[in-house]
Amino acid sequence: MEDKILIAKRVAQELNSGDLVNLGIGLPTLVASYLPKDTDVYFQSENGIIGMSAVPGAGLEDDDLTDAGGIFIGALPGACSLDSCMSFSLIRGGHLDLTVLGGLQVDEKGALANWMVPGKMVPGMGGGMDLTTGAKRVIVAMTHAAKGASKIVKTCTLPLTSVRRVNLVVTDLAVIEPTEEGLVLKETAPGITVDQVIAATEAKLIIPAQVPEMNIA
Amino acid sequence: MNKAISTTQAVEMIPDGASLMIGGFMGVGSPRRIIEELVRQGRKHLTVIANDSARPDVAIGKLIDAKAVDRLIASHIGTNPETQRQMIAGELKVDLCPQGSLAERIRSGGAGLGGALTPTGFGTVAAEGKTVIQVDGKDFLLEKPLTADFALLGARRADYRGNLDYSLTARNFNPIMALAGKIVIAEPNEIVPVGVIPPDVVITPHVLVDYMIERRQTNGR
Repeated sequence: MEDKILIAKRVAQELNSGDLVNLGIGLPTLVASYLPKDTDVYFQSENGIIGMSAVPGAGLEDDDLTDAGGIFIGALPGACSLDSCMSFSLIRGGHLDLTVLGGLQVDEKGALANWMVPGKMVPGMGGGMDLTTGAKRVIVAMTHAAKGASKIVKTCTLPLTSVRRVNLVVTDLAVIEPTEEGLVLKETAPGITVDQVIAATEAKLIIPAQVPEMNIA
Repeated sequence: MNKAISTTQAVEMIPDGASLMIGGFMGVGSPRRIIEELVRQGRKHLTVIANDSARPDVAIGKLIDAKAVDRLIASHIGTNPETQRQMIAGELKVDLCPQGSLAERIRSGGAGLGGALTPTGFGTVAAEGKTVIQVDGKDFLLEKPLTADFALLGARRADYRGNLDYSLTARNFNPIMALAGKIVIAEPNEIVPVGVIPPDVVITPHVLVDYMIERRQTNGR
């Protein structure tokens, strides 16, 4: 299975019916495609809608209906439009149950860096800082390493997105839960051993007696 | 009072060096005809306050392409490589601000508030130069209000008075900016008789709208 699909499938298991959910651009967007059966969530797009869906068919695009990346979307029955203050009041005010975001680094304190590489990439934080700071749960969906370097680090060297501790990190190798005590290894990816995860991780990991394998269909 | 004017007249009111709030998100909901006229009339040294600069040759991206902007206050420029190029070359000053904070700064400016206290950005580079205020033991950044000489809005419909409604995700920053521009110019897709937009459907009240752009002239009509 492709790494991205594995990550998306595992993250999708964290969504509960009735949740208001915001998916970041890129890998996190894939999560919507792997929702478990009978899981019925409301997807928010921070540019101003609750109830976004895929465009229901070719030729049905609306110039005034896109996601935050400017990609055409559809709207489900019951969808509602929001101005930017309402949209971010939902995000910042604790009304958003879950956000899934991409990551460049997560450190031992559970802090996320995902918006800037000084001197290389300065796209702006967009809604990422508000989402990371304000959502009830923050799940980081990212590959475990980039160009051989672990993205789970002792201390983030890239500019932080928020000082808030994220709730869960899902990678192609592991599920890791940042806690007050440190990063706890909760699950390994299919066919990956605990030792392999430790070897691929710069940060110190807390290893419980039992570390189950991800249950991915 | 008839508030309808042409795009030419609207842009003639806007001098070089003006500060402009421009609604829209990746071009969706932006007043595209006004933007094109700003480029056509060659306005320069503008300050633009907007969520983003869209893409090259799209909406606000056209102002960037024309080098009409000296300073951009936005939350995201990642989709416009030309904006990034001008920023790195020192031709364009860009102030990046978290999207929710940008919205509240504009709202504060329009609502007579001294700013917004937000936890967003605390402890990050977005906090640089900003005052930290503790409220009940929790740290917040003071995000100061923003106003502008002009607010340029994209709307779905205006009625003859200037009441506005919006379409789906084209709403975004438009209704907030309607409060924060000294002169507010709306570019509706359609102008309709008073009453066609029922009171409960009006998002931006007519008292905020100074001018609206008349319908696009088409061949023969």
